[in-house]
This record gives sequence, C-alpha cells and structure tokens, in this order.
Amino acid sequence: MINSSSDNVKKLNSINRRMFITGSLKFFIMIGIVSRLFFLQVKENKKYLTLSDKNRIREWKLAPVRGEFHDYFGNIIAGNFEAYQLHVIPEQVEDFRYVIYRLKDLLELSDKEFKKVLKKKSEIKPWETLIVSENLSWQKFSKINNHLYDLNGVKPVISISRNYPFKENFTHLIGYVSQANQDDIENTQAIKQNFVPGLKVGKVGLEKTFEEKLIGTNDIERYEVNAYGRRISQLEFQKGQKGKTLRLTIDTEVQKLSNELLKDKAGSICVMDIYTGAVIAMHSSPSFDPNLFVFGISQDDWQLIRNDPMKPLVNKTLQGNYSPGSTIKPIVALSALENGIVNTNFTVQCTGKTEMYGQTYHCWKKKGHGYMSLRNAMKQSCDTYFYEVARKLGVDKLSETAKKFGLGEKVFGDLFDIEKKGLIPNTLWKKNALGKGWLLGETIITGIGQGYIQTTPIQLCLMTAQIANGGYKIYPHLVVDDKVKAQPIDKFTPLYKNSKNIKIVQDAIFGSTNEVMGTSYRSRIDNPKYQFAGKTGTAQVKKITEEERELDLKTFEIPYEQRDHALYVAFGPYKNPRYALSVIVEHGGNGSTTAAPMATKLFKLIIDRHKIRESLGNKKYLEI
Amino acid sequence: MYQHTRLTTNRLGFFQKFRNFDYILLVCILLLGFISLATMYSTDGGEIKFHTKSHFTKLAVFTLMMLVMSFINIKYWFSIGYLAYVAVVGLLVGTYLFGITSSGSQRWINLYFINLQPSELMKIFIIVCLAKFFHRMKLENVNSIYTILTSLTIILLPMGLVIVQPDLGTAVLIAISGIAVLWFAGINYKYFIYTILGFIISLPFVIAFLKPYQKLRVLTFLNPDKDPLGAGYQIIQSKIAVGSGGIFGKGFLKGTQSYLEFLPEKHTDFIFTLFSEEFGFVGSAILLVIYAIIIYRIVAIGASSRSYFAKVFCYSFGAAIFVFITINMSMVLGLLPIVGSPLPIMSYGGSSMLATMIGFGIVMSARVHNQQLIA
Repeated sequence: MINSSSDNVKKLNSINRRMFITGSLKFFIMIGIVSRLFFLQVKENKKYLTLSDKNRIREWKLAPVRGEFHDYFGNIIAGNFEAYQLHVIPEQVEDFRYVIYRLKDLLELSDKEFKKVLKKKSEIKPWETLIVSENLSWQKFSKINNHLYDLNGVKPVISISRNYPFKENFTHLIGYVSQANQDDIENTQAIKQNFVPGLKVGKVGLEKTFEEKLIGTNDIERYEVNAYGRRISQLEFQKGQKGKTLRLTIDTEVQKLSNELLKDKAGSICVMDIYTGAVIAMHSSPSFDPNLFVFGISQDDWQLIRNDPMKPLVNKTLQGNYSPGSTIKPIVALSALENGIVNTNFTVQCTGKTEMYGQTYHCWKKKGHGYMSLRNAMKQSCDTYFYEVARKLGVDKLSETAKKFGLGEKVFGDLFDIEKKGLIPNTLWKKNALGKGWLLGETIITGIGQGYIQTTPIQLCLMTAQIANGGYKIYPHLVVDDKVKAQPIDKFTPLYKNSKNIKIVQDAIFGSTNEVMGTSYRSRIDNPKYQFAGKTGTAQVKKITEEERELDLKTFEIPYEQRDHALYVAFGPYKNPRYALSVIVEHGGNGSTTAAPMATKLFKLIIDRHKIRESLGNKKYLEI
Repeated sequence: MYQHTRLTTNRLGFFQKFRNFDYILLVCILLLGFISLATMYSTDGGEIKFHTKSHFTKLAVFTLMMLVMSFINIKYWFSIGYLAYVAVVGLLVGTYLFGITSSGSQRWINLYFINLQPSELMKIFIIVCLAKFFHRMKLENVNSIYTILTSLTIILLPMGLVIVQPDLGTAVLIAISGIAVLWFAGINYKYFIYTILGFIISLPFVIAFLKPYQKLRVLTFLNPDKDPLGAGYQIIQSKIAVGSGGIFGKGFLKGTQSYLEFLPEKHTDFIFTLFSEEFGFVGSAILLVIYAIIIYRIVAIGASSRSYFAKVFCYSFGAAIFVFITINMSMVLGLLPIVGSPLPIMSYGGSSMLATMIGFGIVMSARVHNQQLIA
C-alpha cells in the first residue's frame, strides 16, 4: 500500500511536470496564432482589403465619347451621332432561340449577318452584352421598339458613334475610325487603357495621330460580382471624359472647292498661309466616304476603293512623290542668284534644243525662245535657259538651296506616319544610294525638275510660301491651339543670303502669270485684290522618244498613264501676298491648261474668305 | 472527517451533482455554440436554411447529451473504455467494408438513422482507451517494451483504418490524441525525441508515398501563388478573407469573400475564415479567448480530479482539442498545409461535434465526480 501510494505520488509528479511543459507550449503556440492573425488582419490589412475588393468589384467600361474635329470656323468636320443599337444579354433572355429568330425577321438580317451574330454570341460569356446591330435605321429601331413586349431581354440602346458630315472632303486629312485591332491595342497606351469591345479608333490621318487626345476616357460602371463573375449589384457609375476637340486651320469652303476642282481627276491641292504656316486646305483626289469604315466596310465597297486605278487610298498630298517639273525653276533661279552664278542680265540663246555632253536636250518650245534673260526664261519657262543655269550652278549647290526651302524632308514631321520625304539628289547621295558617280547630264535635267528629283505637293506648297513671304522659314501646321502653331515666322533666320534675290524671283513668277507670253497668262486675274503669281510645271512620267517628239501629240491623244502630270504653284495676292498653293493633277497634261485655271478659282475664294478668317482670328485668337 | 464521509459515501445526490457542475465551462461551450450558429447563419447568406437548422439541431441534441453524460459517474466511463474503443474500431472496419463514398474517400457509415464518421469518434475514444490502459500502471512499467508496443498498436490500428479511407488528416489527428495520452502517462522523453527525429528523416520517403493530391497540397502550402486559381485557390482566398477583415471585421453578414462565394468549404474547415472576415481581429481574439478558457477549464478539472484516469483523460483531451484548434487555424491562416480538420464545435459536421461533446461530457462527469476514486 505504501509502495503503491509512493508510486502514485511519482506518477502525479510526472504528469504535473508534463502538464506544465504542455501548458507552456500551448501558451507560445497561442501567441503564435494571435500574432499571425495580427499580421494578416492589422498589419497587412490594406493589402488584403485591396485583394478582396479586386475579387469583389469588377468594372464594366463603356466606350468613351470621342473628341471632335472642327474647322477654323467651328464647323464640325468629324463629329459624333447617336447610333441606334440593339443589345442582348443572353443570360437574361428566357428563350434565346426564339428571340434571335424573331429579331432576324424584324431586322431582315441576311443569313450571313445572322451567322455573324450567332458566332459573336458563342464567343462571349452569357452575362456579357451581345451587340446584335450596331447602326440601325430609325425605321427599324422604332419597329423593334414596337415589338419589345415580345422580345424579352432585348435592349434598344442609343450609342455615340463617329460621323463625317462632309464625307469625302476631309478623308485623307482626318482619316477615319474603325474597330480597334490587336496592333492598335498593343501600340497605343491610350487605346489599351480605354479599350472596350467595339471601340473605334483612328486608323489613318489625324484621327490616328491624335488618338491619345481624341479618345477620351471610359464611363465606368462598378459592380459587385460573385466568384463566378455574375453581377450582384451596381456600386458606382463614373462618368468618363469626352475626348479633346481639335480645331483645325482648315477652311471647309476652300477644302470643298478643292474637292470639286479635282472631281474625277487624280491629284492634290494644298493651300497655306505664308506667314503662319496654317494649312487652309489639303485635299487628295480621288477620295472616298470615310463613313463607310466606321461600322466596318463591306467587301464590295472595299474592293471598289482598293481597285480604283486612281488610287483613292493614297494621300497624294503627302505620299505622292512627283517630279516637280518647271515648278522647281524658281529654286534653280534663286540658287543661281544666291551663289552668284548668274545675274539678271545673264542671257542664253534658246533654239529649241541644245547639245551638251553628247546628248540633246530639248526645250518644250520646238522653235526656241530666242535670247532669254532670267525673268523672261522664268516667265516663258524656257528649258534651255535653265539647262545652262543648272550646268553652271551644279547639283550640289542647287540641292542645298532646295533643302533650305523645305524640299527633301517631311513638312509635318511626325504628324503623319505616311508622309514621304521626296528626294533632292546631289553627288554624295547618288554615290551612297546608287553607288555610282554623278553624271553632268543629270544636273541638266534636274534644272527643269526631272530626273531623280522628287517632291510632294505639300513640299511644293511650302517652298512657294517661303519664297512668297520674302524668304523666311515657316512651320506648316493643321491644328489650332497646337504647340507647333505658337512658332511664328522667324524673321531673324532668313533662308536667303540677299533679300534682293527673292524679290527678283518673285517678280519673275509674277511675270509668268500676269504678262503676255507668260505660261499661265490665260489664268491671270487682273483685279489687284485677287491678282496672283504662279509657276506652271509639266512633269514627264516617261522619257519622250524622238518619234513621239516628232508626232507632237495633243494630251487627249496619249494613253492616260503616259500623260504628263500637270503642276502649278502660286501665291497671292501679289501686292501683299498671304497665301500660297500647289496644284497637281496626275496625268493632267499641261500645267498651264489644267492646273493653273484651278488656281484662279481657288484664289478668288481664298481671298474672299480671308477677311472672314481674319476677323474671326482677331476676335478670339489674338496670336499669329 | 468531512473528507472521510465523502470518501465513504461516494454517492452524490442529483442536486449535489448539479452544484458540482463547472458553470464556466458550460457557459463557454454554450457561447461557442451560439457563435457557431450565428456564423452558420451567415454562411447561409443571412437566412435560416439547411446548414443553420441542421447545426442547431445537432448542437441542441449533443449539448443535452453532454449534460446527461455528466451525471453518469466517471467510473462508468472508465469501465467502458476498452469496449468503446473496440466498438469504434468495429465501425471503422464497417466503414472500410460498407462505407459511403463521397468525394473520393470512404469515410461515412450508414447507421440507418444517422450517417456517422467513426474516425471523428476515434479521436476521443482513443484517449479514453489509452487513459484506462495507463490508469493503474506503475511508473516503472510505463516504459516497458510491452506497454509501448501495446499502446502503439492501439494507436496504429485505427490510424491504418483511417488512412485507407483515405483520410490522412484525421489519421494524424487520431495519432496526436493518442500520443498526448502517452505523453501524460510518462513515456520517456527520449522516445518522443526519437519519433520526431525519425519522422523528419523519413519525411522524404513519406512524401514519395503520398497521393498526388496530398503532394499537391504540400507544394501548394509552400507556394500558394504558383497556381492561384487551382490548388492554391483555397488558401489564397482564405488569407484574403481573413486579412481583409481588419481590426473590427466587415460586420456580421457582410463578409464579401464568403457572401460572394469566393470561400471554399466555408461551412466546415474554413468556418473560422468567415468568422474572422466578419468580426476581424477583435472577434477572432475573443473566439480564441473562449477556446483558451475552455481548455483551461478542462485542464483545471483534470488537476482537481482525484482519479488518475480522469486526470489523464482531461489533460489529453485538453491537449487534443488545443491541437485540433491550432491545426485548423494554422491551416486557414496559411501556416500549415491544408489537411481536413474541423474546428471543434464551430465547424458544420455531426460526427465531429458528437465526438467533441462526448469529450466535454466525460470532462464534465470528471468534474461532477472529482472526488471519485477508481479502483
């Protein structure tokens, strides 16, 4: 008994000792759990709260409202309109098959369109919105509204969409919008941020350039969702910001006239303020209706545009590389004067052709012009004179002057990704690009704007403007309120060595239009208010053979693709110049018969519009 | 003299027994029951639905059962120790033979009026059985080969039956219950140290024998972000729920994680997650305090018991309950890999609650009859 009780005591001692160890262990483990709770719930609370909200709250973005384009006078040239759309959320429809077939009947959908809708449906989640129709006519929209009692789950929606009220007038300038694709999303941050299915983004032109400004921000709906993504309740609606509206320097009236003048022709017209660099009109023809692209262009329309031999998809003003032809002559003359190669008294005898370096070079006038001074040669566009001047000048000095006046480089810088640089050749360029030495004969034809030399219509316009303003650099721009615009004409870094030389060239161009024998004399306007000065150009698209030269065919007798391009550059009013323009008609034949008369009509309008433009400018915008 | 009377009388009247009740323990259990009901109500989305009703019924029946048990003399519980163990082993064998398979594991047995999970009961009865085994054993015999082998057999037999179900989690918990008794019975420290060392050394081999889903759980525990929507989903969402609760919680019925169905198993193993999300750090701490008081009371009852059996049972049961709570919480807080282990009383599930209440019943009986000596 004693033994047993002493054993009991030992046992109790043992168990109590172990209980003590266990109790201490429990205490520390408890502290561990509490500190873990403290860590998660107090210290890391913010992190987990965010994660929980991320779980719980899902955002639904709605397409942002795109900023508009206005012309200088505030007319909307790319705006928004209310498109009637039909949305269906499949999971909210009791009998989807019935509803969709009913809609097919009511909307008169073709089988192809119907299949497209079904395909779209299979690609989305049942609680996502299915857009059955993007742009319904009012008739169909109201028809659907009348049948809504029968169409459970169908939602008629008024949505904002792009609209180009002037149709083909601004296509190349503004471009168009269309459904965003993968590239758009990846390449542009703003699109990535604001992307919603069905978002329309700029594809070409200024719509593309200013995407970030125009796009605006989404309306955002915040919903509480469950673990399966189903919406439980709306928490918030956040109104988005409409995109920035951009005011352009363009005058719609002048733009419209340009479009009219180039109707059924391929070519380009651009008009520029010679002091501010503001572009008044910029049109490339033929054009097309950008509205076709907004909801996706139909295959037929697309083929029609794509296969048009006059290439409506090319923006000829910026992308068209043309030989400048005789329109380069003012630069050749200026370069020669600046470099002291010739003076006003320098004369050349023109016999209709001249032999140099074993080659025969023809003047456009077979009989020859006789003895030509600089002013006369410019006026009558004597090729022989300019062959000789170019020969004496050399291509390197010529290219230097030409580049100074804006040829051979992009006029708008990065504004348009499609803009071409043109080409102003010199000996170094040929060596590097073609690996051959420069031939003297090439200098000679460069003197009349043929050969390697290539310019875009906007470059020719800029060149003319910079001659017209007395030889100062200007920065062409399209958007008012844009930073570029703030740069005024830079009077302190002139492009000339001697301002007299500019005067001489201006005066020669004046003669070319306003004096008898001048190449564009027939297109002159005598009224000093509108009187302008211009230089014609005729750019050969192929080398003329001797036989053809003998035949001396009229323009309409030559096949279209072989006809010369007609060019014209001009500035006016002559007494106090303000605007410069360039006209190019592809395969238009002769500059003086095709291109110059367009300038006449343009100047009448431009100068009439000038007063209105000025008054507007003075009222609201004091700069310039 | 007084003590002598008590010793000789040995029989207590009904009201005496009533007076001997541990009311603190009872209040804590009822409080826990109430909290668990409220939490269950929240998992049902703020409505009285199936889980709430069923939980309430079980709670009521089993609490009543616990009270009835406490009036039965601790001697009686001692006497059925081996029998109960054999009966539950029988049920486990029955489960193995005719059990109900659900989600890939054969854990339940149909007893006509109830579907029972015998492995849960084993967590308690293994303690009863081993406590009886060590009751009158002399301390010098405790570490004899015979004792160690017998007690190991008592533990390994049900463990094996549970592992084949397969339900590794519960098997481990049964083992822990058993080991707790061995610990308090005075098995030499060195055996525990050897076991732990052996376990660590054999761990790589154990992992090699794990089922793919078990391996995945271990790997997921080590790096839950590896597969956030798959295997890591539970633990990530659970941590988000707890963490987003903050100091005061999101409020009753306002736990977005559970309400919006991000939480898996929210009725059962992850019930603490929901509670913690809605009541925050403060609520969780209060819950932990309630559990701590319960465990403290159990241990205190053990300390005041005169019989060695009651002492060992109370200490071991207290340690086991503590381990169950710790494992469950560590699991939902991302401190341990996910093993199926319910939170006592809080989790939905009849067998687990039955087992816990039986345990409380015996503890309460030990308290009521704390002067009882067992021959």
